[in-house]
Amino acid sequence: MNLQAVRAIYVFEMSRFFRTLLQSFVSPVISTSLYFVVFGAAIGSRIEQVEGVSYGAFIVPGLIMLSVMTQAISNASFGIYFPKFIGTIYELLSAPINFLEIVMGYVGAAATKALFIGVVILGTSAMFVDLTIQHPFAMLAFMVLTCLSFALFGFIIGIWAQNFEQLQLIPLLIITPLVFLGGSFYSISMLPPVWQTISFFNPVVYLVSGFRWSFFGLADVPIGLSLLAIAGFTAMCLGIIWLIFKTGWRIRQ
Amino acid sequence: MPPMVEITDVRKSYGDGFEALKGVSLDILDGEILALLGPNGAGKTTLISAICGLTQPTSGTVSVGGHDVVTEYRGARALVGLVPQEINLEPFERVMNTVRFSRGLFGKPRNDAMLEKILRQLSLWDKRDSRIMELSGGMKRRVLIAKALAHEPQVLFLDEPTAGVDVELRRDMWEIVAQLQNDGVTIILTTHYIEEAEAIADRIAVINKGDILLVEEKSALMTRLGQKELRIELQEPIDRVPDILAAWNMRLEQDGLVLVYSYDTTQDRTGIATLIREISDAGLILRDLQTRQNSLEDIFVGLVAEQEDAA
Repeated sequence: MNLQAVRAIYVFEMSRFFRTLLQSFVSPVISTSLYFVVFGAAIGSRIEQVEGVSYGAFIVPGLIMLSVMTQAISNASFGIYFPKFIGTIYELLSAPINFLEIVMGYVGAAATKALFIGVVILGTSAMFVDLTIQHPFAMLAFMVLTCLSFALFGFIIGIWAQNFEQLQLIPLLIITPLVFLGGSFYSISMLPPVWQTISFFNPVVYLVSGFRWSFFGLADVPIGLSLLAIAGFTAMCLGIIWLIFKTGWRIRQ
Repeated sequence: MPPMVEITDVRKSYGDGFEALKGVSLDILDGEILALLGPNGAGKTTLISAICGLTQPTSGTVSVGGHDVVTEYRGARALVGLVPQEINLEPFERVMNTVRFSRGLFGKPRNDAMLEKILRQLSLWDKRDSRIMELSGGMKRRVLIAKALAHEPQVLFLDEPTAGVDVELRRDMWEIVAQLQNDGVTIILTTHYIEEAEAIADRIAVINKGDILLVEEKSALMTRLGQKELRIELQEPIDRVPDILAAWNMRLEQDGLVLVYSYDTTQDRTGIATLIREISDAGLILRDLQTRQNSLEDIFVGLVAEQEDAA
């Protein structure tokens, strides 16, 4: 195992993050604050409590998930797409490293960045609403797992993408709708029965539900099912990445 | 001593049936500078890519320092540094950071003293905190070399190091290559500038259309294939070569003032003495004589033309 290489990639990627720290830090704080103003204060005041939790607090887990997922995907996809785009990928391909080490470096860095932003949003939220976290360890574990699995997914998108448009395509067309329709801002039980059934095909529902359970002890789906969903998603991403490197698809001609 | 790089019957074909390499075999010796000479599209970059792991050969094997580049890629790649043809660098990064990254990527622990030595050698030390985008084209090329050297490789591949580079920088580059050879690095460079191969290589391999046409010591190559020309200046111009000299296959140049005779320096008898006597028998008066050795360029053009005739 070439741990020096993993470390080199990780440090290099994190330095990109620290170079734009202000942007990395300020933008999630501002967008979270805006969500609280709009959903929490303006709309939330007209919504009764959801299953015993004030609406402002209820949306916190969904908000965190929304940002963590999109940040993990965009950081990881950009991280591996950029070397492809400007040609520095030659160095990765000619170095004495294997696919696991490349993935550990890029995905590790992207997941760290997403985790950082998740924690920032959690902190910002705590300034707007009273937050209680019933299962803090489970909360942290869910957040870390989500960061990792979506960074893996982002890595796949970065390898697949052949231009910047494609890089944005999947996050925009698939992830954002799935997250918005995944119960981030409402409980699935508030939907008409047909939409409830449809919602259960949305993988994000399981993640948001599990994450919310760690805060309030209430969930749309059993917690075990949530864990199974995220484990399955992670395994699927790992499998695809393994295949990509084995075949050299889109990397080695 | 076993060769540093052993290439055995390497083929590379693409999905559309194009064969970039048609069974290339080549040994590269420890400590030498080998120039891989060929026109654009000859397969030079493909061959380098196959050795460095950027592309998988369709068949055949490559080993570096005794390590197979596919099955023992860690051992093989750790020995190799690659300077690509295109300037591939992250514009916003700083020189020192990007060189440090390269060293780590190849599994070497951080060693800023070593990197300082490399950057000084390449006259980049003053630019260590500059962003890549602030550097001139020549400086960027040096950064690429610094990145390739950061992990102290034993074999360095330079893919067209002086393509599109001005004369001064080209000479700098040659000096750098000579220095590296002194440090014990084996160097393989591709080029389509014949003068470059002539100036710095120990051995020259000529590649065209995916085939190695020949591999030879530079000096041996030049004498083996070297045609010489004897230019005979005459006192008075003539309209045509006199019939009694027809057997020499000479041509007239400069409005009949110069007779040109081509001969092979490897023949035992070049016949020059006889020719001079016959010229004076023909009543022509000599004013001056010159001989000219063919350049590598002539040899190269001749080889490529031969291959095309054969095809």
